[in-house]
Amino acid sequence: MSERRLPPVTELGVASMALIVAGGISIAAKLPGEVPLGLPVALLAASAALMVANLVALSRVPGFNWPAFFAVARWALLAYCVIAAILEFVFVNDGTRGGVLVVLTLSLLVYAVHVPLLIGFTVARYQPIE
Amino acid sequence: MTDVALPAAPGVAPDDAPPPRPDFQIVPLRGLPVVGVVLAALVVAIAANELWPLEFFHVAAGGLWTAFDLFLGFVLGPIMGRLAIPARVELTTRLMPKLLLIMPTLVTCTLASGWQLGRIMGTVNAGHADHGWIVASYVVVGVMAVIALAVLEPANVAVLFELKKRRPDPRIIERLMKRFIYTAGITGAMQVATLVIMTKVAAG
Repeated sequence: MSERRLPPVTELGVASMALIVAGGISIAAKLPGEVPLGLPVALLAASAALMVANLVALSRVPGFNWPAFFAVARWALLAYCVIAAILEFVFVNDGTRGGVLVVLTLSLLVYAVHVPLLIGFTVARYQPIE
Repeated sequence: MTDVALPAAPGVAPDDAPPPRPDFQIVPLRGLPVVGVVLAALVVAIAANELWPLEFFHVAAGGLWTAFDLFLGFVLGPIMGRLAIPARVELTTRLMPKLLLIMPTLVTCTLASGWQLGRIMGTVNAGHADHGWIVASYVVVGVMAVIALAVLEPANVAVLFELKKRRPDPRIIERLMKRFIYTAGITGAMQVATLVIMTKVAAG
């Protein structure tokens, strides 16, 4: 089993997802009235920053099995884009508009990218390079 | 995903031989059309915005999601932890590919129809009498989503890829299966909270 040191991709992923969920709850708890966007935007920005940090940290790992990563992550990305699109459809169908819709859409984007990243990473870390 | 068929070793395998395992697909392709039909029906139900189809999707998918999580977390999980390695491999290669399709589909159906249902019935409105309970359900679902998406599902997929290798590493499988069993237990416990909240909201 590989014992090499890897960046804390899963831990950062958990933190990023938790921030996205917290932002979504802070919006959903106040609907359909006026939703102050300061907190959700801050949580979204922090979540996106963690995702970028995850990508950067992963890109610097020497000898990482990128073919295995992309082989898994691209299909996971497709699946989670479909799920995110259905959730986006629900929001649009409900008449959600403006800043709230932008924040929710960007949150779904982070979700749809970060989950495949985590799946691809967890698979590829145990795959030897051919 | 390609199929890799490895012959099961008859009798007692030598110490250095890989454990026998059945042929399997990581993503069962035959199930994809079923998932497509279910998700298409979900979109139609949301677009129609009628009470009955939304109630059907939310109750049916939510009930199945809760039942799966409770069963995996408190019944099958502990059993898997005590099985002999070959039996565990056999069960894993037959169960987990199906879960890869079933669980995301159930979760998507439950959440999407649930939100729409809440809009129709007014339970998601901040002024509703049960709003506190509804927000509590957001938190419970949020915790389950983070655990399932960031920890459980990646481990599920990774263990299947490990089992596809010619010589799976039992230490990797052990590590990933521990993640699966513990997180399934946590989501199972969270589902008890879901049952309490949803029955309270339904009772008014």
